[in-house]
Amino acid sequence: MGNKLFFYSSITKKIVMALAGLFLISFLVVHLGINLLLLSDDGGAAFMVGVEFMTTNPLVKIMEYVLLGGFAIHILIGVIIQIQNWMARPVRYKVEGYSHLSFFSKYMIHTGAIIFIFLCIHFTNFYFVKLGIVSPPEGVGKEDFYQMATLLFADRFYAILYIVLMIFLGFHLHHAFQSAFQTLGLNHTKYTPFIKTVGTIYSILVPLGFASIPLVFIFIR
Amino acid sequence: MDFTLKIWRQKNAKAKGKFVTYKVTGISESSSFLEMLDVFNDQLVTKGEDPVVFDHDCREGICGTCSLYINGRPHGPDDAVTTCQLHMRKFKDGDTIVIEPWRSKAFPVIRDLMVDRQAFDKIIQAGGFISVNTGGIPDANAILIPKADADSSMDAAACIGCGACVAACKNASAMLFVAAKVSHLALLPQGKAEASRRVQAMVAKMDELGFGSCTNTGACEAECPKQISIDNIARMNREFLGAKMGSQKKKVVAGGF
Repeated sequence: MGNKLFFYSSITKKIVMALAGLFLISFLVVHLGINLLLLSDDGGAAFMVGVEFMTTNPLVKIMEYVLLGGFAIHILIGVIIQIQNWMARPVRYKVEGYSHLSFFSKYMIHTGAIIFIFLCIHFTNFYFVKLGIVSPPEGVGKEDFYQMATLLFADRFYAILYIVLMIFLGFHLHHAFQSAFQTLGLNHTKYTPFIKTVGTIYSILVPLGFASIPLVFIFIR
Repeated sequence: MDFTLKIWRQKNAKAKGKFVTYKVTGISESSSFLEMLDVFNDQLVTKGEDPVVFDHDCREGICGTCSLYINGRPHGPDDAVTTCQLHMRKFKDGDTIVIEPWRSKAFPVIRDLMVDRQAFDKIIQAGGFISVNTGGIPDANAILIPKADADSSMDAAACIGCGACVAACKNASAMLFVAAKVSHLALLPQGKAEASRRVQAMVAKMDELGFGSCTNTGACEAECPKQISIDNIARMNREFLGAKMGSQKKKVVAGGF
């Protein structure tokens, strides 16, 4: 059968996956920007302005579908490629994995799966509530994301789980960022080291930004 | 030096193989890994057992015939050498050494540690060549080639096609091999005429043969005995993307309307 599922070559699949990944990377920055408004000590007023914009602006509404498509494509191709890659080595080594390579690159499917589980929880907590598929917590409006977030972070177990999942998001992003550029063929002696540095900084700052919110909710509020 | 060897034994391509543990004694620390196996095979034959089958040819690190996955690394613990250039002084006396064949769907085991690497030949046959005879050596500077391009091309052409990249890759991907072959031709004027067709044909063949996809782990680069860089993989991705995007909708027959 070979490695040609869906009539697209391995490189085409990877290029599409990389583009979807870079799009998700850019989305994370927007998401983080809105989330950080939770830190302003105004009872959620600033945050709800952001939510209001994200739920009513027509362009953002269109982007919502593009985003869902981006997630679907990235996850679907990622899983297909992984299965093909497992099939490419039917008999495994007895002693394996002593080659020097970037650590996180070995576990992309695993960190990806963890992020997917988080995504499911996250959708159930927020997105499906907004769509009306899941009913909101008692006494909370279905678009009152501030109350929902406050209630969730009040639960210590959820807050810690959230922080741990953000660490795994960082692991995934650390390899993902520079890998996407390599896949797209954007490699250059001058710019590649710069891309790698930006990727490392991004993969630390973005998860840290997200994780800072439950930390503030636990220790300061 | 004495060693305990755990070697994959498999009678033929269809047979079910298994690891067998052996002792080998009286090995010189100056001997190469393959010489150690020669001595070991002598000891086996003396005992009336079948010798271990393994690939080897030039034994000077230039032919790409030797293989062996030694203690979790293709071509063993040393960097930038083939198994024939690996010396036993890299091991400690009394060490246990696990020796496995390359593991890939596209490289089936023929016997013991010997694998069938015809898949690489098939990829080359798909496009890793220049179709016309380019004649004798041209006059110096008759064809201008920037020094940097010539150097990069030579670096890529150093690939000996041993398959260590496939063996090292967690996805059993042949991307470094194919990228090296695509690169060394695409960088030179003689190779540019067919560059677009070449990269598409070679990648298609690579996929068809069941190699995995590249996930940019860098294991191939770390294990390549010729230290071929994954920059070549980026170049191939670029070449491939350009070739696909720029190709005509229908096949254009030369000379037709």
